[in-house]
Parts: sequence; structure tokens; C-alpha cells
Amino acid sequence: MNAFDTALRVQGIVKTFPAVRALDDVSFDVRPGEVHALLGENGAGKSTLMKVLAGMHRPDQGRIFISEEPAILHSPLEAKRLGVVLIHQELSLAEQMSVAENIFLGELPRKNFGMVDWKKLYADAEAILQRLNCDFGPQTRVEDLSIAKKQMVEIARALTVEAKAVIFDEPTASLTDQEKEVLFDVIRDLQAQGVGIVYISHRMEEIFRISNRISVLRDGTYRGTLETVDTNEDEVTRLMIGRSLDTSRGGKVVSTGPVVLKVENLSCGDLFENVSFSVQAGEVLGFYGLVGAGRTAIAEALFGLRRLSQGKVVLNGQEITITSPRHAVEQGLALVPESRKEQGLVLGMSCRDNMTLPQIGNLTTGPFVSNGGEIAIFDRYRDLLSIKTPGWRQLVGNLSGGNQQKIVIGKWLAMRPKVLIVDEPTRGIDVGSKAEIHNLLRELAADGYAVIVISSEMPEILSVSDRIIAMYRGEITREFTADEVTEDNLVQAISGLS
Amino acid sequence: MAEATLTSNRLKGLGGTLAKQGILIAFIVFMIGFALFSEKFLTSGNVMTVIRQAAIVGVMAIGVTVVVIGGNLDLSVGSMLSFSTVLVVDLHDKIGPGEAIAVMLVATLVLGALNGFLIGYLRLNSLIVTLGMLSAIQGLTLIYTGGQNVDISHQDTTWFAVFGRGQVFGLPVPILIFAVVAVIVHVVLAYTPYGRRVYAVGGNPMAAVFSGIRRNRVVACSYLISAFCTGIAAVILGSRVMGSQNNVGQGYELLVLAAVILGGTSLLGGSGSVLKTVIGVLILGFIQNGLLLLGYAYYVQWLVTWVVIILAVWLDVAAKRGRLFSPIA
Amino acid sequence: MSIMNKSSAARLWRQVVRHPIWFFVLVIFIFFSLATDHFFAFHNFQNILVQTSTIGLIALGMTLVMINGNIDLSVGATLALAASLAVDIQGWPVFESWGDWAMLPAVIAALASGIMLGALNGIIVWKTGVNAFIVTLGAMLGVRGLVFIYTQEQSFYAMNFAYSDFGSSAVGPLPTLAVIFLVFTVITHFLLARTVHGRNTYAVGGNRDAAVNAGIRVGPHMVVNFMIVGFFAALAGVTLSTQMGASTPNLGRDYELWTITAVVLGGTKLTGGAGNIIGTLGGVLAIGILRNGMNLMQVPAFYVLVILGTILIAVLFLDKQVNRKEDGELRV
Repeated sequence: MNAFDTALRVQGIVKTFPAVRALDDVSFDVRPGEVHALLGENGAGKSTLMKVLAGMHRPDQGRIFISEEPAILHSPLEAKRLGVVLIHQELSLAEQMSVAENIFLGELPRKNFGMVDWKKLYADAEAILQRLNCDFGPQTRVEDLSIAKKQMVEIARALTVEAKAVIFDEPTASLTDQEKEVLFDVIRDLQAQGVGIVYISHRMEEIFRISNRISVLRDGTYRGTLETVDTNEDEVTRLMIGRSLDTSRGGKVVSTGPVVLKVENLSCGDLFENVSFSVQAGEVLGFYGLVGAGRTAIAEALFGLRRLSQGKVVLNGQEITITSPRHAVEQGLALVPESRKEQGLVLGMSCRDNMTLPQIGNLTTGPFVSNGGEIAIFDRYRDLLSIKTPGWRQLVGNLSGGNQQKIVIGKWLAMRPKVLIVDEPTRGIDVGSKAEIHNLLRELAADGYAVIVISSEMPEILSVSDRIIAMYRGEITREFTADEVTEDNLVQAISGLS
Repeated sequence: MAEATLTSNRLKGLGGTLAKQGILIAFIVFMIGFALFSEKFLTSGNVMTVIRQAAIVGVMAIGVTVVVIGGNLDLSVGSMLSFSTVLVVDLHDKIGPGEAIAVMLVATLVLGALNGFLIGYLRLNSLIVTLGMLSAIQGLTLIYTGGQNVDISHQDTTWFAVFGRGQVFGLPVPILIFAVVAVIVHVVLAYTPYGRRVYAVGGNPMAAVFSGIRRNRVVACSYLISAFCTGIAAVILGSRVMGSQNNVGQGYELLVLAAVILGGTSLLGGSGSVLKTVIGVLILGFIQNGLLLLGYAYYVQWLVTWVVIILAVWLDVAAKRGRLFSPIA
Repeated sequence: MSIMNKSSAARLWRQVVRHPIWFFVLVIFIFFSLATDHFFAFHNFQNILVQTSTIGLIALGMTLVMINGNIDLSVGATLALAASLAVDIQGWPVFESWGDWAMLPAVIAALASGIMLGALNGIIVWKTGVNAFIVTLGAMLGVRGLVFIYTQEQSFYAMNFAYSDFGSSAVGPLPTLAVIFLVFTVITHFLLARTVHGRNTYAVGGNRDAAVNAGIRVGPHMVVNFMIVGFFAALAGVTLSTQMGASTPNLGRDYELWTITAVVLGGTKLTGGAGNIIGTLGGVLAIGILRNGMNLMQVPAFYVLVILGTILIAVLFLDKQVNRKEDGELRV
């Protein structure tokens, strides 16, 4: 390789966190003027790699080159000054300030007495906005902009320096089709100006439209780079999920248990519309779709966290209206939420206290919490789920991700729910524990629970589900039995291609 | 990375122990220091005096502890103390002591319920709501009295005197009340479902709701507890002074909060205990008393309190962060 | 006065809409003008401005600190310390021969004390990472202790009448203290709206991570704002002592609460990132007009407390209703 034809290159990157080896000997490069797509499942190490590239993490080993100059990045600011900019998925803007101020945050042009040189600020910002074909002015307040336009401001920020490489992290996750086209135009412009683009996305159709090369990460390791024109979705998918895929499926029988939960024409604002499905005792029903397709919103609505605009929920033959999570719990619904640390656990409380939290009101002798009763429950589900913890006093925050997740699952199993909804059961969990949790979900179904699993990971949904519902933009596009489903038709169903 | 900060990165060994037990160590050092320089300091009579004087702040601080563990603040307790004291003292002669206490407690609980409704159910910011209530209740008190001070006429004959001035088994009644309130609220927080819910709501309100806990109700109840404790403090205060000025509780809200923070209950919610608060209250009390015994004017304690509060919280924060100084550039 | 053209009228209107507190100011202004005989008089307006100038000056600095996402509870005590220093030092024997000029070192010392206490608060917040609420709560007690130690619980009286004359003097048609307040209001407005430091104040409070990533030195930045609020608290102490010709060690008690009330009424968020001086001026005037007007209507001062408390909570409630998102929000 010629020394000067990479805009950004990393070599042998290793990054370890206490519980996981997030990146293991990863090498990767992007050439000037190319779009290099970075693919991988959740937890494959994409976001860690991206943070290493943008100076947010220091790698344990490995080297970074910007325009073939070795670079050590201590901070995002330093990375930016050297020409590497990350466009965050979660926007990092100061909402009350103007577009121009956000673009030049930290580098506002000065006049005498520390006054801002507004003329220069607005002129410079205007010039950048024009490069991006933005239809809003530099004086607009950021809080008045749509999400897509805020994203443009983030991109504009990248252009205040002479960018050599720009990293986009799931940029289209919250964009409409039109807004997406505008973004692609911008990316093409940047390409034409010789900027190297790293493009991270789950959406195959986008990647095949705009990328020149595709690199794949799996479990923190580099799995190879493909020229986009020479490959196809199958090959990429295989690289992403590995060969274990086919073997882990199978043995699914069509459940003959009674219908436990039946949902008809459920709608909630513009989050999802006319959703109907049912789940039987003894089966795992999988919900598959991209982030934002409405899967999580359905779970939250069933759990009383969102107000339904219409629809009917029938539980064990009786129509119910769920008004609050408390109410949902009383009806026999349980939700293992997608964000374990924010929604699932009180990290500063002990394992036992977290596990008994939903039923603490019933675990009493007289007015007091029954210590024995609590410990009995904890011991029982610790053994059942093989949770590894030094003891019930251990703070839940000190456990590994897999064990934390088991605590959340245990907390709901202890309630003996009629329906168990598990949203992203293995997000951020290492491979070994993943398999364990998958087996656990299968066993629960075998024990007669009605289980709903929501996941963005294809191998996961394929290996645990008896039936799969595919969603795209708030609607159910197709329902599969285990026999019908293939990777291809599933990918199509969730990308709106079918 | 939250895992990283939880498992590694801790201040290790002696430093960590010192930081974690900082407030207890400070307490012991103070006690030894004062005892060395003043013979009178550790006599039982003096210790009794200190605790008796600390009882009013103490009872209030215990109530506020529940609010703070739930993740909120209560700045209205000071003016609530004025209101309740004025009310119970004024009603004493008019309708009798028992009735006066009952009416006052109900009125105080109504104010607490209002706090609870605004903060628990309407989800308004607790700092501003209770700041507004501070002002409003102060006004209410003045309207009630028309700006006059109130007092009890037959101070020597009323059994109401027992709460502030009485003794049972050789112990001053305020100390007994303080102890009883502390034990009850401690039991509630540590051994009842409600207590568990308060910690959960303060520790992670989102996860609490996701576990089916009615956050609104838990928060609202914490303000009822806080108001009730303030009502009890008003009984002690009214009985001790046998009269009341309109602004008798002015500034108490911050003293109370200082005691709670000093004990080590975090303003972020989810951690802390009655025991810690009791220690915080006692430290404030002993600092005050010790400095007086050493011949310093009463206001010197404020200066010492400043230093002690910041050091105590700093150590606590540093222990959690794993480094002494904040990493902000 | 020049005739306003259409666009500047529109701009003014936009400003008013953005600051609902000004509606309230307008409403109570009209109400008191109609309801009492003495309210709508130039002399009374002068009174209102002088009465509000103390809280008003502190509120200017508090606005910066609160936009930063911090708070300063020690302003009342700082005010008392500055007032005591200003009144006491001008009477020191060293300055006996200085005549009226003795006031100069006294005032400088007073202002310096405020700036230094602010810097101390700021540095503690920066270096220890302890919440500003706790740091300044401690300082509020401690600085009050310093005041009592310095004054030995005594009130000080300014022997030189020129000092208290200054408090009641006028510049043209306006009282000097009102002019000081208005001039600093304009300066602070420009500081916040036009300078790099002011804009960074919003960035630090609005999105601290973004500010750090953009290379703004958040720590020193916050220290500067604490120094500014310290300065204003001290200045308020000086002006208040010129009004009284004296200082007392208990001066400024509860002022922190009044100031925060005014700033929050003016639309500054406790969470930081939002707020401005125009709103704060509205909040300060709302309190001033309410107190003055009700006083003129001979409503006892107590009712003002109840009304102010109610308004504070009502503003918070309305703000929440207005800014509530339609859907997409979890019911937690």
C-alpha cells in the first residue's frame, strides 16, 4: 500500500475493559474520498473502535496514523484539530445557543475586550452551512431545529477544521427518507472534497448504496474487508454473524399452548400503528427490527409506560386496560427493559434488594420486610439462573453484565408472570453468558411461560424464537414461523424491502 | 465503563477506609480534642445538654433525611417550624394543649401534603417548590399572628411543659423524643417495604418505576414524614420556650440540611441513613458546645462547620471517584 | 426618543414573548397604577428601583452562576461581610487624613473580599467536584461566621456623612443607586449575550460534555463566574450600607433565597444552559413592584410572601406545561 493513500489508519488496536476485551488486534483504514462502512453486531466493538479513532478512548496497544503521520490522541479536541471528527449518534449540542455558536463552540472568533466577532462567526458558519446545502440560517436556535437538522449542525462542526476523516455513527437512525437523501448528498460532497468517511450502520441497503468498502467486526476482532461492488448481503451477513448461525437454530415446535396475550390494532402516536399479535404459553415470540422500528415502544406500552391511542389488549381471555407499570405487574406482565443500568437495576442496591423490589410489599411479616423470605427468593433464583455473586449483600453495580441481566430476569421470574417480555436480552454481555441467557429463555418457554423477546441481533432472534415478527417503521411487515424464516427474508422484512 | 469505575479505580487501602469512614473519624477526633482541652466536655451533664439542644434540629433532620434519600430537597422545614410552633403555642390557651397539638399536626401535614403533591405528583423541582413554600408559609405564619409574638400564659401549670422541659427516668424528654423518632424512622427506612422503595426511587427513579413502584406516592409520603417530624420539633420548641416568635424557625432549613449532608447522606439520593444523620446532628452539636466550652464565641462554630462540611463531602466524593481532585480541566 | 420602526417593534415583541415574567410585570404595573393613587408617580418608580437594586445586583451575578448549572447560597453572608468592611475600614485611623477619599480603600477592600470569596467557592467546586449547592451552603454559614468574628457582633456606623449621602444622591433624574444597578444590568447583559465568556457560560451549562470536548476550560470558567457573583454580592453590600449609613452583622439574611426566586422567576433554569439578564430584570422588578404596590395598598407585608411563593411555584408549573413534549415521552 502506498504510504499516502490513507486518510486514517489504525494498526493492531487492543482495548480491554475490566470485564471484556472490547477490541483485539483490530486494524482498519479509510482512504481519502472513500466511504468505508464498518459493520458488526451490537457489542462487536464498533463503538469502542470509533471512540478510539475520535480520541475518546486511549487504546492499550496499537497505533493510529492520520494521513500516515503517527498520532496519539488524548482528547476529542486533539483528534479534531488533527482532522478526525466523530458525528455522534447522541447529539452533543447546547440547545439554547445559535447554530453558528454550536458550530464554533470553544473557538468563537474574538474581537477586542473578549467580545464575540459576530460578523465573522455568522459569515463563517453561513459558508459551512451552504457547503452542506442547509436551509436554515446560522442564527437559528438549535432547540428550534428538527433532529435531522441538528445532525447537520454536528456535521457542520466537523467542517470547521480541515477534516481528513469523518466518522458517522448510525447517522440515519432517526431520519426520514428525505432527510436521508440530503445526508447522502452531503457525504458525497465530502467524498468529492477528498475526505475519508467511516460509516457505521446496521442498514444493509444504505451501506450497499453509498460505501466503497465494507469492514466487519465480530466479538472485538477484525473479520475482513470487502470491496462493496464485489460482495453481497449474504457474504457480509456471514462475516458478521459467523458460521455458528445455522447450527444454533432448530428444534422449534409450533406451540399448542393456550393464547395468553392477544393484542389487536394497537397504536401509539407515531411510534407504532395497528399492531396485532398473540403469544401462547410455552413459546418464545421474537420481535426483530431496526432501532426505532417501534418494538421497544410496544413493550413499554404493554407495561403501562406509554399512553395508547387505540387498540385492545386481552390477557388470558379478559380485556384489560393497563394504566401504569404497577398495574401491569399486578396483571401478571413483566418487562426486562432494554437499558439494564438505567431502567432495570438500582445499581447502588444489593443483589437481593434488586431482585425482590417488585414484590417487596408482599414479602412481609407484620409491617416489616421478612428477611428470611427475601433471602429464600434470592437463593432460589440465584441457583435457578446460576447467578455468580459472592453473596446477596453484593452491590448489583459490581456484577458483570451477564449476571446483572440475570438479576433483572430473576426479579421478574420471582413474580411468576403470565407474560415475560425481554427487550435486548444480551446487550453488552459477553459471548459465554449470551448462550446461557438464550438457553434460559428457551427453558422458560418450555416451563410454560409466554415469552416475548425483542432484539436487534439476528442470530439471537433466530436462535431463541419459535415465531418472529418483523417490524419496520412502526408497523409489522411480516410474521414468520421458525420454518419459514431465513436471514435473507428477515433482513428484507425489516428494511422495508419486501 | 461504569463497571470500570465500580470495580477498579478505588482509593485503595488506608486512604479508602479513611475516606469512607471520614465523618466518623472526624467525630472521634473532635470529641478527643475537645475532651483534652476541656474537662467539662465529656461529663454526662454536658453531653445531655448538647443532645437536648440538638434535639430540635435532630428531629427535623431525620424527616428531611427521608426526603433526601428519595432524591429531593426540603427547604420549607424552617418556616414550617415557625408556623407549627406559633400555631401550637397560640392554640394552647385557646383550646387546650392536647387539642392544640392535634390541630397543629394536622395543619402541618396539610402543608407537607401540598409539598408532596407538587413534587411527587406534578413532578416539579423540589428545590424551587420548597423555596416557594418557605416564603409562602412564612407569610402564612405572619398573617395568622398579625405580626405579634405568641406565648402561653400559665407556663407552670400546663402539662405541655413536659415536652421541652420535663424529665423521664432522669433523661430530658427532648432527648427521648429525638431517640424515639430516630428509632421509628430508622426502622421504617431499614425494615419496611416503604423504606426499600424510598431508596429505590432515590437511587434510580426510572428503574423503580420499571419495577412497578409508584414513585409519585413514595415521594409524596416522604414529604408527609418530613412535615410530621417538623411538627414534633415544634412541640419541643414551643414547650421549651413557652412562646414563639414569628420567625423562630428562620434558617433552620439550612442547618438541618447541613446536618444531613454532614452525616454523609448524598444529595443525589438513594443512599444515607438515619444513623448517619444522627451523627451529623451530634457533630454539629458537639462542635458548637466544645467551642463554647473552649471560650470561643458561638459564631466561631459556623466557621468550623464550613470547613467540616466541605471536607466531609469532599472525602465522600473522592472515595467514590477514586481520586482526590476532580478531573475537570 | 426616536420612532420605532416595524422590525424593532417586532423584535421587542419577540423578547416579551420569550420572557413571560414581563407580562406579569406589566399586569401588576397596570393593576397597581389603577388600584392605588401613589403608585404611578416618577418618585415611586425611583423608590422601586432603589429598593430592588440590592437583590437586583446579586441576581445579575446569580444568573451567570445558575446558567452555568451551579448555584451560590453564600451571597447574603458575602454581602454582610462587604458592608461591614466598607463601613468599618473608612473609619480606620490610618485613613483619618484622607477625608472623603478614605471611602475608596474601604470600598475596594469590600469588593475584593467578595471577589475572593467567590474565587474560593469556585476553586472548591472546581477542584473537589463537590456540588456547588453544598459548597456554598457551607460558605453561607462560614462567611457569616467571619462577619461575626470581624464585627464582634457589632453594628458599624459610617461617621462620614458623605457615605450615606452617596446612598441618597441622584444622577440627573435618577437615584445614583438605581443608575448603578441599571448600568451593571446593561454591562452584564452584554457580557452574557455578546462576549466569548458569556457564550461559553451557556455552553458549559447547556452541555458540559460538549463544552469539554470543544476545549473550553470548564473549571476556570466557573471560577470566573463565582468571582462575578461574589463581586456583585459585595457591591450590593456596599450600596445597601450607603443607604443605611451603617452595617449590621445580620445584614442580607435570606437574600440568597430572594435572589434565587427572582432569577428563577426570570426564566433561568436550575439545570443550567438557559436564562438571560432581561428575564432576571423582569423577575427582580416583579418582586420589587409587588412589594412596593402592596405596601402602598397597605396590604401587610406578609401577604407578599404568600403571593411570591405561589407565583414561584405557578411559574414552575406553567413552564413545565408549556415545555411538555406531546408524546414520545415515557410515563415514568
